Amino acid sequence: MGTPMIEKRLAPPRRPGAVEWLRKNLFNTWYNAILTVVTVVVLYFVGRAALEWVFVNADWRPIFRAPLLYLVGSYPRTEIWRVVVSLWLVSFLFGLSWGVWHGLFRSFALALAVVLSFGVFLPPPETSPELLFRLSWLVNPLLIFIGFFLADRLKLTGRTVLIGWLISFVLTPLLLRGFKGSSLLPSVETSLWGGLLVTLVLAVGGLLLAFPVGILLALGRRSSLSVVHYSSVIVIEAVRGVPLITILFMTSIIVALFLPPELRIDRLVRAMFGMMIFAAAYLAENVRGGLQAIPLGQVDAAHSIGLSGFQTTFLIELPQALRAVIPSMVGQFISLFKDTTLAVIVGITELLAIGRAVIQSDPEFIQLQAEVFVFIAAVFFVLSSVMSYSSRRLEDRLGVGER
Amino acid sequence: MTLKKGSRRLFGFSGDVPLWRDERALRAVAQLISAVLLIGAVVWLVANFIQAAEQRGLPLSYDFLSQESGFPLGESVIEYNPSRPFLYAFLVGLLNTLKVSILGIIFATILGTLIGLARMSSNWLLSRLSLAYIEFFRNTPLLVLLFIWYFAVFNRFPRVRDSLALPGPIYLNLRGLFVPWPKYTTEGLLFLVAILLGIVTATAAWIWLRRVRERTGRQTFFWPVSIFLLLFFPALAWISQGGQTITWDIPILEGFNFQGGTTLTPEFTALLVGLVTYTAAFIAEVVRSGIQAVDRGQTEAARAIGLSSTQVLSLVVIPQAMRVMIPPMISQFLNLTKNSSLALAIGYPDVFAVGRVMINQAGRAVPVFSMVMLTYLAISLFVSFILNLYNKRIQYET
Repeated sequence: MGTPMIEKRLAPPRRPGAVEWLRKNLFNTWYNAILTVVTVVVLYFVGRAALEWVFVNADWRPIFRAPLLYLVGSYPRTEIWRVVVSLWLVSFLFGLSWGVWHGLFRSFALALAVVLSFGVFLPPPETSPELLFRLSWLVNPLLIFIGFFLADRLKLTGRTVLIGWLISFVLTPLLLRGFKGSSLLPSVETSLWGGLLVTLVLAVGGLLLAFPVGILLALGRRSSLSVVHYSSVIVIEAVRGVPLITILFMTSIIVALFLPPELRIDRLVRAMFGMMIFAAAYLAENVRGGLQAIPLGQVDAAHSIGLSGFQTTFLIELPQALRAVIPSMVGQFISLFKDTTLAVIVGITELLAIGRAVIQSDPEFIQLQAEVFVFIAAVFFVLSSVMSYSSRRLEDRLGVGER
Repeated sequence: MTLKKGSRRLFGFSGDVPLWRDERALRAVAQLISAVLLIGAVVWLVANFIQAAEQRGLPLSYDFLSQESGFPLGESVIEYNPSRPFLYAFLVGLLNTLKVSILGIIFATILGTLIGLARMSSNWLLSRLSLAYIEFFRNTPLLVLLFIWYFAVFNRFPRVRDSLALPGPIYLNLRGLFVPWPKYTTEGLLFLVAILLGIVTATAAWIWLRRVRERTGRQTFFWPVSIFLLLFFPALAWISQGGQTITWDIPILEGFNFQGGTTLTPEFTALLVGLVTYTAAFIAEVVRSGIQAVDRGQTEAARAIGLSSTQVLSLVVIPQAMRVMIPPMISQFLNLTKNSSLALAIGYPDVFAVGRVMINQAGRAVPVFSMVMLTYLAISLFVSFILNLYNKRIQYET
């Protein structure tokens, strides 16, 4: 009776101090302590050497002399507004998609806004007014936010935005390519396109074209018609069994030998077809995995309510399979984006080819190959990191891969 | 259609179903149409090709393979000179591909496993560092990395006179990596045979004695016996030859170049280093996800029955992780082999690069190219066949 009861309380939250954190994460055992010390020492020397190289020893003239070259190649500088407008279109669509699908596009739209804003630091071409060119990059984030609010305000549906995307996939190449004899949009041969523009055209175009082909191949592989089944299997396995460079080589050089001589296909389109075939074979296997994951009961249920085989496939199975496959498509896009560098071997002026051209353009630059290639590696690293970071955010939101 | 007719079809009576509603008839027609379309497309393509080939006077034949190739190759595993036939040059390319792929797979597996384990280390710094490594290589194109290795690293090494001397002695310069290499002597050969004999008998004794122990429960001393056997044969060879073992051929600077030892060309070394460092990042992820796929309860249960931490790893975790790891590992090995075709960009004569020279030299794009494609396909199929056999053996019996 005599001892007073003390009120129940939660244990005070432990706030680990810096020292405790160090002890727990870096010095918990004797060998971890040694490892930590060795790593720190190595990091110090390597880091110092790297920083010294980047800021003191490296000569970045090959990059700074003509940054636009890396962006669009020899795309006529007077026509460069067409590239800018294409970017606006893409930004706006990303904004709309963010407004409609929210989480699915949020991280990508924001990443795009940030990345494109850095265009402000690019030196404008001589032919265009400086302020206008610089400000034109800031229009992109603006359009993304306008799109977001517009989609929200107008209550746009996914179908509308999807149609918008489809239209832009037709419109953008026409805008960039132009028309012969037109004064407003004079034709710009694809041989003049270059740099990151071509890299993106190859990757985006390749994956877009691969989408229907890959789905057809996946369905073909599951078909019970033996001709369709075996030809799909042969195509998929043959493409997956050879390196991408042989496929690019085939579509760029060999296929032309099998087509009538009147039929001349643009060099960039041929390379894009190579990327398409390659991506389609891998996509087909992804989609097939998605199709296999659908419970058999779904198909039985569809049949029992009287849907035909065709309807079952396209209304019941495919939508579910594709939903499961979308996150892995981002990963596939990233690897396709990296793989576009191989097009340099078949003579496409993508980013890496521009780098090589810059090195050869000036005898002084022969000694500066490291700078050029490190710069290109950094561009790819930053862009793919942004994409994979965004897709990880997306997966976190969708709860993919959680168990 | 009434319901009755539909239900009768279920039992196989299709006689009163019109032909255009009969599923079997429809399927046959669909088969026929797709076959005709497919054959038609192939015939059209081939007809185009034959017409164009005849105009150029280059019929589709493989006869030219026995003609003299007439081009030099940077390096070769077997003796090669331009008077050899095309087919032989192709073989050289194939062997070069296999050489860089096999070595690449071995080193990438070792490096990748180390990085994957470091990624799971409890040491924060080490784990972050390996994460940075993985992220860097996964987000950078291999071709750009190869260019950096070749043009910015290996082409920047000092000239022969100012070679970097590493312990070994290994010399590093613009012309490549000069490393000591065993001389071909009878003593050396015998010593090598003795080492192999030691390894074989030690492994055999280990497996047999362990089996005996598992069957009878007797202590069989498999550890000491195996180590003894491993050392016994080399020691025997060493003593019987009076201390003579392998003689190393040391590279020595003579005149303008190094003599002796063996040379790894900058092309080969850059390609190997590029492929290994790149693929290791992917293998590290495979290793990590494989080990993480093993349920934690397994480790805890193993500890609870008193296994030591090495036993937990080698008897419980790794065997189960292997089941998860093998299929993605196979695809990484195949990726490395296929990626070795980027050799062309830095001038290493692999099968694709040789194929391209052959196309330029003989003008026979289609025959040569079909050979290159079939070679890669054959390698892919062969590797996945062998590893699938192994995979089947270690998977759960179902």
